[in-house]
Amino acid sequence: MDGMVLTSGWAEIGRLTDIPRQGARVVASSIGDIAVFRALDDTVFAIEDRCPHKGGPLSQGIVHGHAVTCPLHNWVIDLQSGEAAAPDVGCVKRIPVKVEDGRVLLSLPGAAA
Amino acid sequence: MNMMSPRRQRLVVIGNGMAGMRTVEELLKRAPQRYEITVFGAEPHPNYDRIALSSVLAGEKTLEQIVINSRDWYAANGIRLITGDPVVAVDRPGRTVTSASGITAGYDRLLIATGSKPLAPPIPGLGLPGTCAFRDIHDVELMLEAARTHRRAVVIGGGLLGLEAAWGLKRRGMSVALVHLMPTLMERQLDTHAGTLLQRDLDKRGIAFFTNGQTEEITGTDRATGVRLADGREIEADLVVVAIGIRPNIDLARAMNLEVNRGIVVDDGLRTTEDPNIFAVGECIEHRGQIFGLVAPIWEQAKVCAAQLAGEEEAAYVTPALSTRLKITGIDVFSAGSLNAADEADEEITFADAARGVYRKLVLREQKIVGAVMYGDVADGGWYFQMLREGADVSAMRDTIILGRAVATAALGSAAPDPHAAVAALPDSAEICGCNGVCKGAIGKAIAEKGLTTLDAVRAHTKASASCGSCTPQVESLLALALGDGFRKAAGEKPMCRCTTHGHDVVRKAILEERIKSIPEAMARLGWTNPEGCASCRPALNYYLLCAWPGEYVDDAQSRFVNERMHANIQKDGTYSVVPRMWGGLTSAKELRAIADVAEKYQVREVKVTGGQRIDLFGIRREDLPAVWRDLNAAGMVSGHAYAKGLRTVKTCVGSTWCRFGTQDSTTMGVKLEKMTWGSWHPHKVKLAVSGCPRNCAEATIKDFGVVAVDSGWELSVGGNGGIHVRATDRLCKVETEAEVLEYCGAFLQLYREEARYLERTAPWVKRVGIDYVKKRIVGDAEGRKALHAKFLYSQQFAQVDPWAERAAGGAPAEPFKTLVPAE
Ligand code: SRM
Ligand SMILES: Cc1cc2nc3c(=O)[nH]c(=O)nc-3n(C[C@H](O)[C@H](O)[C@H](O)COP(=O)(O)OP(=O)(O)OC[C@H]3O[C@@H](n4cnc5c(N)ncnc54)[C@H](O)[C@@H]3O)c2cc1C
Ligand code: SF4
Ligand code: FES
Repeated sequence: MDGMVLTSGWAEIGRLTDIPRQGARVVASSIGDIAVFRALDDTVFAIEDRCPHKGGPLSQGIVHGHAVTCPLHNWVIDLQSGEAAAPDVGCVKRIPVKVEDGRVLLSLPGAAA
Repeated sequence: MNMMSPRRQRLVVIGNGMAGMRTVEELLKRAPQRYEITVFGAEPHPNYDRIALSSVLAGEKTLEQIVINSRDWYAANGIRLITGDPVVAVDRPGRTVTSASGITAGYDRLLIATGSKPLAPPIPGLGLPGTCAFRDIHDVELMLEAARTHRRAVVIGGGLLGLEAAWGLKRRGMSVALVHLMPTLMERQLDTHAGTLLQRDLDKRGIAFFTNGQTEEITGTDRATGVRLADGREIEADLVVVAIGIRPNIDLARAMNLEVNRGIVVDDGLRTTEDPNIFAVGECIEHRGQIFGLVAPIWEQAKVCAAQLAGEEEAAYVTPALSTRLKITGIDVFSAGSLNAADEADEEITFADAARGVYRKLVLREQKIVGAVMYGDVADGGWYFQMLREGADVSAMRDTIILGRAVATAALGSAAPDPHAAVAALPDSAEICGCNGVCKGAIGKAIAEKGLTTLDAVRAHTKASASCGSCTPQVESLLALALGDGFRKAAGEKPMCRCTTHGHDVVRKAILEERIKSIPEAMARLGWTNPEGCASCRPALNYYLLCAWPGEYVDDAQSRFVNERMHANIQKDGTYSVVPRMWGGLTSAKELRAIADVAEKYQVREVKVTGGQRIDLFGIRREDLPAVWRDLNAAGMVSGHAYAKGLRTVKTCVGSTWCRFGTQDSTTMGVKLEKMTWGSWHPHKVKLAVSGCPRNCAEATIKDFGVVAVDSGWELSVGGNGGIHVRATDRLCKVETEAEVLEYCGAFLQLYREEARYLERTAPWVKRVGIDYVKKRIVGDAEGRKALHAKFLYSQQFAQVDPWAERAAGGAPAEPFKTLVPAE
């Protein structure tokens, strides 16, 4: 599925300041919940809010650097690559995201231009 | 002994103290077979670390821990030790010494190391019971006894010794006043500014100061009752400690007709001027007009004297540059060289950050550091001191030098500061341990050659960090540099996680001592290798800071596990469960109705009675949490903290109100305990229970703090656990009143909060430290118990805020609960 998300444009989901640093907010979408993270250095990442292990809500985990620890069984997911850190194996879908003028934009399937 | 071997020479040492025995140790290293050694000591003890008496007084070390050379050591080295028996006469022509008890020993070489005596000014009343000096074990025993049986102490003298005495007595629970002749403290080591800061900080810690105070009289007839100052001020006291200075102990030397001035006059070979067979070292000597009061120069003397005794005639003593530190936990003072500019050619550079309580001054002469005074943050003291001793030209970093090594060297283009870099950059000749004169090269060599891996091993082999301990961080850095990740700080304690080499205890100690107030600061100061930490260390640090600085530290929600951030328990499907508090397991129709309403309104998927005597609502969506709480709040219910590393439940049984066996009202007791303890954060979850009789229906003996009522009072026990490893509680004690139950409980929980490691429940913690330790702190030490209880109550002021009400009412941001919806 990764990379297959066909999009026609960017949708605004809120302001950067709506997301706490080292935290996340959840965005409801047609492909399910998306977790949008803001790292301490203000880099923003968006991934599917489902842990590759047993579906834990990654948005609720502890964020450290560019990684999040899943709240259910402590898998560590790299936000940049979506990969679980060794020894665990798994990958979570990434969603294109960008910040413009303090607004956070997601590229969602089917979002209007 | 083999009769054919030549007779070994006889060495007699007078004074079984730090200087004398260090000389013997150095001698054994150089020429183990040369002498047959006899040591006379006036004190009844083997040689101990006098410096550490301050730590013993403050309760940080025991007397056993400060012994340097045990009696076994003397035996193993073939040394004859005579203790509790001072030498009273020396026959120089006959080369014999005689002790008070009449023991006579002949010598070929004599070493005098009689130390010094406390200055005893001619104050009327000095010598009464309840007065003492601060010099030896006997004095410390007197002070500890007074602290046990009396309340008020006055310390005369605001120098190093007086301050350490005052702080130790304060730590032992006495109310302490300090009288000092001068306007500022430690005026010989600190400038006025630093002395004032020191006084301010100690004042905050509860020591009352009487500066410009000339003591006229110690009042009292059978025992000291106070002191009267020349200006008429009077201070009541049950204990008066005089610590105004020392003078070399030269009585015996004078009687022997050796040349004495202020001290026993010695040459560069530490030989007395009158008799080449007699040497002297330590605080009793005078060398080129100088006398001594710190161990660093004395260790130098010991080396030179030992070399001379071993036949190395060219060894010569030169007094090294000296630096001073104060051993009061959490108060950092450093000074070396000149305290102030001597004339207009000298320059002073100062830096002061009043908010952080940091002050620094450097005195420069011809672009070289000739003095340094530091207060509050002394990490760079060693660096300045190194440059001072080397006479390094500092003109290149003149502009930034006062900001410390990291900034000054970065400004010169060096790499970013790394916690070990400062030590790594030092040359091998740099002295790390000032007390014992151990340089970096010697420590590195010992680590490499002897395969040392722990701080204690380095102490044992090199003596570095074994005296006052202030160089411990540098020694640890050297270990870390040599061993990399293989180095574990406190023996037996594992690092907190892979972000650091430090164990929990080391981190907690540093937070308090270095007054660290935030997670980023802790990570920076303690050299975290992973700049933002991880999901394991961040919650631990957050808790340690919360516990250390109640009311001051601002909780970091992003460092909390989801349950504590959301104030509900996350379930396997990402929904939450909600457990309202039911005080002591009691509920009412009104509460039950509100719960039923919530269950229907929010389509709760399951309602269950928990094992903790309350009701759990399962399957609640994140977005609904604030509304659920609002409805429960409206019926008077608050969070049950079923998710917290904190107080969970207080289980009770019906007790004497209804039960035919009940001896006391266990339910009311439970409710009172829960009202006192709810909301408190802990290293792990904490559960209490109160049973009305020994049938123990509330299962109190597998709880963290269990109370079982009996006819004559309440049996208290601690450290129980259900769960994976079931553990029954250890009995603490029996008390009679409800008020005592509350006090013991609060004190026990506070002790656990302060000393256990994060995620260590009371059961493994009590097992680790031992129930005797817990008893000693909670049962044996009434003052300490009251203080712990008071601290618990103090932090509860800030902790007892219902997190549900706060969020339902918009007091804390509600955003985390809401889902964002993309704009069209
Ligand atoms: C709800 C409840 C079971 C029930 O339906 O009765 C329960 C549920 C959970 N228990 Fe428990 N424990 C519950 C009473 C107990 C008891 C009984 C008691 O308190 O008297 C024990 C044994 C007593 C003890 O703690 O010593 C107990 C020992 C544990 C343990 C093992 C603790 C240990 O030290 O070994 C865990 C695991 C842990 O904490 O790491 C645990 C962990 C959990 C967790 C938090 C598991 C998790 O991480 O999801 C469960 C959360 C449920 C939720 O979302 O609400 N639960 N748990 C009980 C809630 C009590 C309450 O009102 O707050
Ligand atoms: C509380 C306290 C804290 C200190 N803190 C520090 C510090 O932080 N840093 C630092 O560098 N220094 C510190 N010092 C100073 C340090 O302890 C001394 O400099 C050091 O102990 C001096 O060694 P010494 O062998 O000369 O004297 P001592 O250690 O006093 O040894 C002399 C011994 O000789 C014995 N003696 C005397 N006369 C006779 C006799 N006729 N026959 C037999 N025995 C005799 C005495 O009883 C004594 O045991 C502190 C001192 C005290 C008291
Ligand atoms: S423990 Fe005692 S008081 Fe409590 S219910 Fe059982 S029998 Fe009654
Ligand atoms: S569901 Fe994320 S670690 Fe198990």
